[in-house]
Amino acid sequence: MNATTPTGPAGGPPLPPGSGPHGPGRPPSHPGPAGTGSGATRVLGVAALAGVALLALYGLVVSPPDVEMGDSVRLMYVHVPAASYLYLGCVVTTVASALWLRRRTPGWDALAEAGAEVGLLFAVITLVTGSLWGRPTWGTYWTWDARLTSTAVLTALLVGYLALRRLDLDPDARSARAAVLGLLLLPNVVIVNRSVEWWRSLHQRSTLVRLDPTIGGDMLVALMVGFVAIGLIFAWLLVHRFRLAWLEQQADRLDLDAALAARRAEATAARAAPPAPGPSSPAPVASPPVPEVPSR
Amino acid sequence: MEPVVHLRDAVALLGRFPALAGIDLDVARGDVVLLRGPNGAGKTTVLRALAGLVPVVRGEAWVLGHDLRADPRPVRRRVGLLSHATGLFEDLTVDDNVTFWGRATRAADADVEAALAVVGLSGPRRHVPVARLSAGQRRRTSLACLLVRRPELWLLDEPHAGLDGTARDLLDGLVRQAVEEGATVVLSSHELERAEALAHRVVTLDGGTNAGGDPVPAPPAGARSLGSVPPSEVSHVA
Amino acid sequence: MWRDATLVAGRDLRVEARSRVTAHQVVPFALLVLVLFAFALDPDRGILERATPGLYWMTVLFSALAALARSAALEEADGVRDAVRLSALEPAGVFAGKALAVAVELVALEVVLGAAVVVLYGAEPAGIGLLAATAAAATVAVASAGTLYAALVSGLRARETLLPLLLLPVLAPVLIGATRAFESALADDPVAGWPWCGLLAAFAFVYSVAGALAYGTLLEGT
Repeated sequence: MNATTPTGPAGGPPLPPGSGPHGPGRPPSHPGPAGTGSGATRVLGVAALAGVALLALYGLVVSPPDVEMGDSVRLMYVHVPAASYLYLGCVVTTVASALWLRRRTPGWDALAEAGAEVGLLFAVITLVTGSLWGRPTWGTYWTWDARLTSTAVLTALLVGYLALRRLDLDPDARSARAAVLGLLLLPNVVIVNRSVEWWRSLHQRSTLVRLDPTIGGDMLVALMVGFVAIGLIFAWLLVHRFRLAWLEQQADRLDLDAALAARRAEATAARAAPPAPGPSSPAPVASPPVPEVPSR
Repeated sequence: MEPVVHLRDAVALLGRFPALAGIDLDVARGDVVLLRGPNGAGKTTVLRALAGLVPVVRGEAWVLGHDLRADPRPVRRRVGLLSHATGLFEDLTVDDNVTFWGRATRAADADVEAALAVVGLSGPRRHVPVARLSAGQRRRTSLACLLVRRPELWLLDEPHAGLDGTARDLLDGLVRQAVEEGATVVLSSHELERAEALAHRVVTLDGGTNAGGDPVPAPPAGARSLGSVPPSEVSHVA
Repeated sequence: MWRDATLVAGRDLRVEARSRVTAHQVVPFALLVLVLFAFALDPDRGILERATPGLYWMTVLFSALAALARSAALEEADGVRDAVRLSALEPAGVFAGKALAVAVELVALEVVLGAAVVVLYGAEPAGIGLLAATAAAATVAVASAGTLYAALVSGLRARETLLPLLLLPVLAPVLIGATRAFESALADDPVAGWPWCGLLAAFAFVYSVAGALAYGTLLEGT
C-alpha cells in the first residue's frame, strides 16, 4: 500500500501522521500514508469517470426508450447494476468476516466494514432509482417488486451491521461481534432474497408490476456499459473505504510497551505522594522513602 | 515438585488496558498466598488470569501444569473462583443454584448435599430464592458452588468482605481444611489481619507489577505451620 | 452437548416458573397487541379476518423480542458469564438449552394467541396439521436465530434497541413463510402451504447450526 501525494481524486481525508486523540499506549508519531490515494486508485478513478461518461452516452442518448415504459427505463442501467454490486458488497463483508474469525488480522475487519458501507450506499442507490423508475410508469413510488423489497430488507440488515460497528466498545470485542454478524450477512441475504422472490412470484394478477422490460440490442449494450461503469465506481469506493478503515485501525492500535510503561508508572506516582490515611485502609501507612520499582 | 502457579513477567490485557504489566508469582502445592495492594493494583486480574478467564499475552504463565498462553481453557475446571460477583440466579433457590452449578461442573449430587451442609445451608434455608438472602448467605451459597467443584486451586477475591464473624470463621476453617487436603489457595484481601493469619506468604502488587513481598515460595511445606505466619516472611513494602 | 442443553433449558424454564415473567407480562402484552390491531383495523370491515395470519405472527415476533431479551438477561446476571466459562458446559449446549427454553415459552404463547384469535377475530381453524408443523418450524426458527442475536448484543448498553433492529430483518422470511402457510391452511388449500413450511424448517436448521457454532466465540471473545 503506497501513498504518494496527499489525496487521490476526491480521496479520503488526509490523516496527519501521528495526530489524533493519542493517550498513553498509542503509537508514537511516525510518518504514515497521508491519504488513501495511490497510483492504482487514480487509474481506477479515471477509468470510472470514463465509464460514467460512456454510460451517460449510451444510457441517455444511444439506447432507445422502451416501448412500454418510455424514457424512465434508462434508470434501469443504473438500478440493475447497483443491485448486483450491493450483493457483491455483502459477499465481501461476509468473506472478510469469516477470514477475520480465522486469522484475526485487522485488515479483514477493515475490509468487512468497507464492504458493508459501500454496499449500503449502493442499496440506497438501488432503492432510489427503483422508486424513481416506478413513479412515472405506474404512478407509485414503491412497488412491492421482489428486487426492491428484498433490497429494502437488505438495507435494514446493513444498517444494523453498521450500527453495531459504531458502538463505543473495546475494539477487539467490537470486531468479534461484528465478525459474527458479518458472517451471517450473506446467508441472510440469500434467504431473504429467495423467500421474497418466491412470495412475489405467487401473485399472478395482471396488475403485477414488472420492473424488468424485455431487453435487446442497444439497450443490452447500455446495460453492459452500466455494469462496467458502476463496477468501476464500486471498486474505487471500496478501495478507498478499506484504506480509510485500515488507517483508522492503525492509528488506534495498541502500543503495548508504551501502555505497560504507563501502567507501571501508576505505581511509582502513587507511592511518590504519600497516600492520605482514609477509613478504608486498615493498616497504618508508614511511607518511608521508597526504592524504585525495578522495571522487569 | 512443579509449582501450582508459575508466573514470570506476565502481562494481561483487559481490552486495551494492561491490567497486569509484568507479574512474577510462584505458588507451591499447599501454599496459601495473600495478594495485597491498593485498589487498581491488579489483584482481581491476577486471580482471573489464574482462572483462565483473562488472556495472558506476554511472559510465562503456568497453572496446574497448563500453559495459559497456549490455551487457558483446561485450567478452568480445576480451579474455583470466589469473586465479588455471586454467579447466582436470583430467582432460583439456594438448592437450585448449587445443584445447577454442581451438575454444570459434572459433580455428583452427593457432593452438592455435602457442600450445602458444610456452608450451613442444608436446612429450610435452601429453598429460599437467592434474591431474599442476605449478602452473607449469598456468599455462602457461592462458596458452596465452589466447594462442589473440588478445585485444586482456590482463587478468592476479597472473600471476607460482607461476611459476619461466624461466616468468616467458617471460611477460614474451610480454607485450612482444603489446604490440609492438598489444595492451594491464592487470595486477595483488604482485611489484612485476618488474611495474614490465614496466609503463609504475602505478595504486594501495585500498578500491575510486584511491589514487594516474596513471589517465590519459602522453605518446603514441613517447615511451615498452618495458620500462623513467621514474621520474617511478611514484608510490607509501601 | 445435549446433556448440557437439557440442564440449561431446565434452569431457564425453572427461572420462568418462579418468576412468571412470560406468563404474567409477555402473554398479556401479546393479547393486548391483538386487541390494539382490532382498534387499528376496524373489525367490521372484514380486514381482520383476512389479515389474521399476518397479525398473529407479527404479535408472536414482537412478543418473542421480550422473551429473548429476558433469556439473554439471565446470562448477564452478576458473574454468571464467568461461571459458565469456568464450568464444563459446552457453549453449543448452552445455546441449544437457551433456545429450547425460549421455544417452549413461545409455543405456550402461540397456543394462547391461537385461542385468542379464534375468539377475537372469528378465525376458523382448519388444516391443523399444517398449522402445527408451521408453528413448530417457525418457533424453532425464531428461538434459534433470536438466541444467537440476543447473545450478539448481550451486555451492550444499546442492546434493547439493537436487538429488534438486527433480528427483525433476519426474521422477515419467517414472517413471510409462516403467514403464507397459515393462509393456505385456513383457506383449506394446504398443498400451497407445505413448501413454505419447508422453508421455515430449512431456516430453523441453518440458524440452529449457526448459533451452536458461534455461541462459543461470543462467550469468549467479548
